[in-house]
Amino acid sequence: MKKRSRYLIGAIPLVLATGLLVVLWAGLSHQPSIIPSPLIGRLAPPLTLPRLAHPDREVTPMVFRNHVTLLNVWASWCVSCQYEHPTLLWLKRHGVRILGLDYKDHRIPALAYLKKYGNPYVKVAYDRRGLATINWGVYGTPETFVVGPHGHIRYKYVGPIPLSVARRTILPLVHRLRLDESVS
Amino acid sequence: MIAEIGLYALILAFLMAASQTFFGLAGAGTRRLRWMAVTRPAAFGQLFFMALSYGCLTDLFVTSNYSVRYVAKYSNALMPFFYRVAGVWGAHEGSMMLWMLVLALWTALVAVFSRKLPVVFANRVLGVLGAIACGFFLFTLITSNPFVRLLPPALHGGTLNPILEDPLLVIHPPMLYMGYVGLSVAFAFAVAALIGGRMDAAWARWTRPWTLAAWIFLTVGIVLGSFWSYYELGWGGWWFWDPVENASFMPWLVATALIHSLAVSEKRGAFKSWTALLAIAGFSLSLLGTFLVRSGVLISIHAFAMDPRRGMFILVLLGVMSALALAVYIWRAPLLWEDGGGFRFLSRETLILCNNILLVTGAAAVFIGTIYPLFIEVFGLGRLSVGPPYFDHVFIPIMFPLFVLIGIGPYLGWKSGSLRALFRRLWIPALLWLLAALLLLFLASDSHWPLMTWLGVLFGSWVLLTAFVEPLRRLWLRFRGEPVRLPSGVLGMSLAHFGVGVIILGITVSTTLGVWRDMPLKPGQSYRMAGFRYRFDAIGPARGRNWTGVRATFSIFHQGRLFAVVHPEKRHFFPDGGTTTNAAIVGGGLHDLFVSLGNPLGREKWSLRFRYEPMVIFVWLGGLLMALGGLLALADRRYRIALEVHPFLPIEEAPKPRDPVEEESS
Repeated sequence: MKKRSRYLIGAIPLVLATGLLVVLWAGLSHQPSIIPSPLIGRLAPPLTLPRLAHPDREVTPMVFRNHVTLLNVWASWCVSCQYEHPTLLWLKRHGVRILGLDYKDHRIPALAYLKKYGNPYVKVAYDRRGLATINWGVYGTPETFVVGPHGHIRYKYVGPIPLSVARRTILPLVHRLRLDESVS
Repeated sequence: MIAEIGLYALILAFLMAASQTFFGLAGAGTRRLRWMAVTRPAAFGQLFFMALSYGCLTDLFVTSNYSVRYVAKYSNALMPFFYRVAGVWGAHEGSMMLWMLVLALWTALVAVFSRKLPVVFANRVLGVLGAIACGFFLFTLITSNPFVRLLPPALHGGTLNPILEDPLLVIHPPMLYMGYVGLSVAFAFAVAALIGGRMDAAWARWTRPWTLAAWIFLTVGIVLGSFWSYYELGWGGWWFWDPVENASFMPWLVATALIHSLAVSEKRGAFKSWTALLAIAGFSLSLLGTFLVRSGVLISIHAFAMDPRRGMFILVLLGVMSALALAVYIWRAPLLWEDGGGFRFLSRETLILCNNILLVTGAAAVFIGTIYPLFIEVFGLGRLSVGPPYFDHVFIPIMFPLFVLIGIGPYLGWKSGSLRALFRRLWIPALLWLLAALLLLFLASDSHWPLMTWLGVLFGSWVLLTAFVEPLRRLWLRFRGEPVRLPSGVLGMSLAHFGVGVIILGITVSTTLGVWRDMPLKPGQSYRMAGFRYRFDAIGPARGRNWTGVRATFSIFHQGRLFAVVHPEKRHFFPDGGTTTNAAIVGGGLHDLFVSLGNPLGREKWSLRFRYEPMVIFVWLGGLLMALGGLLALADRRYRIALEVHPFLPIEEAPKPRDPVEEESS
């Protein structure tokens, strides 16, 4: 066999390895969280659910009216939600109104979770079987939506929100929405 | 103070590794003996300072010094002493420290045992090992320094993930790391030989014991991990095709292939370029495993650090190391094409080639399954996960031909084997196997075994029956007074192959004939499954040093007689919470019975899971037999004799070592 073709054959592993590395690199910098949601810009789907701490009361679509609201889907069994929790508390401290949606969970551990890690939510809607959230296109926890004062979904984040995203994207967006939309 | 000493020691160890790299590679490149004289002391220095640094971290853990962030996060004065020592490697930073300690240890061992190697070659090997160490030192110092102070100090410690608080898990990571990192030695030998431009039988012979040692540790580590997940994760099952399990399994498959192809390279001088590639791939895969675990690219229960920056760093490390090694390979591999040492189709070489192809294909199948979700996501095709069904359907069929070959390979001669000789050696086991199969068919004809059970039992018994033919033949010849040796290498190989057979039986029987049911019961009720009756006697609170929980009592009856009393538990750990399900397992012989306690369902009812696992112990027993076989092979006299090459001859002029065990089996 000619020498050149030997070098070419010898190069195959390197080429394969390089291709793999590129994919891994892309996987690392790939943000699964910014998959655009078809819901963005639309009116929020209806949301009527009992509340977590007060089973006799309900959360209705009225909660979104006149406020910029973060809807955060979480569960006490969800480990990533624990990662995210400090970020939510940070957002609350910065005056963001957060509505919780407890997803496929049980009341007792969910309440214990909030007691242990702190409660960033103004209210928590309780979706025992995860049915009401289907309309929202939720397929896991945590997921977070920003809903404008007229009930339009403005932003969606899949996965635990890093503090950097909260600081650079979500908080400015909430402020902007307050200014833009509440005037009309 | 201790923390600062630890950090300085870590930096000094890094400098040692850096000088080891420079003087090793540059010294060998320029043939300066004075430079090369620095390499070995630097390797010992690296071990010394690394051990010092690691000792400091351990001391901080034992004294629960909460002014160090890592300690405050993962150590707790409530933890027993043993776990405070082991807690060091319970999370990311500490496990990197352990990784480097192990690497320093391997490096020092190479430094000790390479005194008889040609000096240039030994220096290149140490230089490559030093370069790997440098990468990891930089990684730890830059992205995951365990000695960072916490001001003001924390008042209470955090905890280790309670699920990790288990004696087996304490030794599982060090074992696995010994294996992963041990593959770096094979990698370094391959790269050093490639740089030198010559890979001869001597190179293969030097590499073999190191690869074998790494493989033994890897085997033991995987077995321990699997055993731990069986009894600790609480719901049964001993292998989940979890990305992290795969990350340890892929290097193991490649290392297994490497052990076999090294045998060919040593004995016949063939497959050299392929062997070098396997050595590079083996270590690259263990780095890839680290990357997958540490970066959180694939989420799994094992992923403790989900930090993209760390992931990026390991990826760069992985990229640089494997790319450099493969570049050297491109540069030098064409030189290795010259002498193949021809062989016929019917020869041991062919079979080992098949073995390699099958093992590497298996590793590739696992690799694709592990990485496929990532591909799909990167190319924007959605998200999915690849579950155990994929692996079961793809990986297992690849292994079946391998099981046939295991029985034949060792009995076919090198270069060109004859069917007649093969038949002469194998007719007894083949006959026994046929008889056993017929007997089984007769006995189990009305038990409705699934097809997989039949296949597994037949293949497994084939492997078992053929495993010891060679040692028995040699013993027979010796009994007849012929001067035949029985080197421990042959014995080790037979034992390891026997272990494979044991594993096949264990896996087949436990997965195809095991039963499990979820059943809600209240105290006083009984449940009957697979010939055993489980009576739920009582349930009550229980507590340990750092947990509280509930403990149930079950009496198990077999054929009307009391068989065992077991206590499944559910533990809640404080202060940080976390719950583990400690299943109660009895048996350990031909079958395991398994009761685990779920959640209260109200009105005194509890959800419970009962499992009947026949022969599951064989899975780990087989693994341990394989490791034991490896150990026996490692003890072979040949490796020690082979090392007696004149130390100052460059590798290019090294005389071909004498082979005390001529190819007796051919």
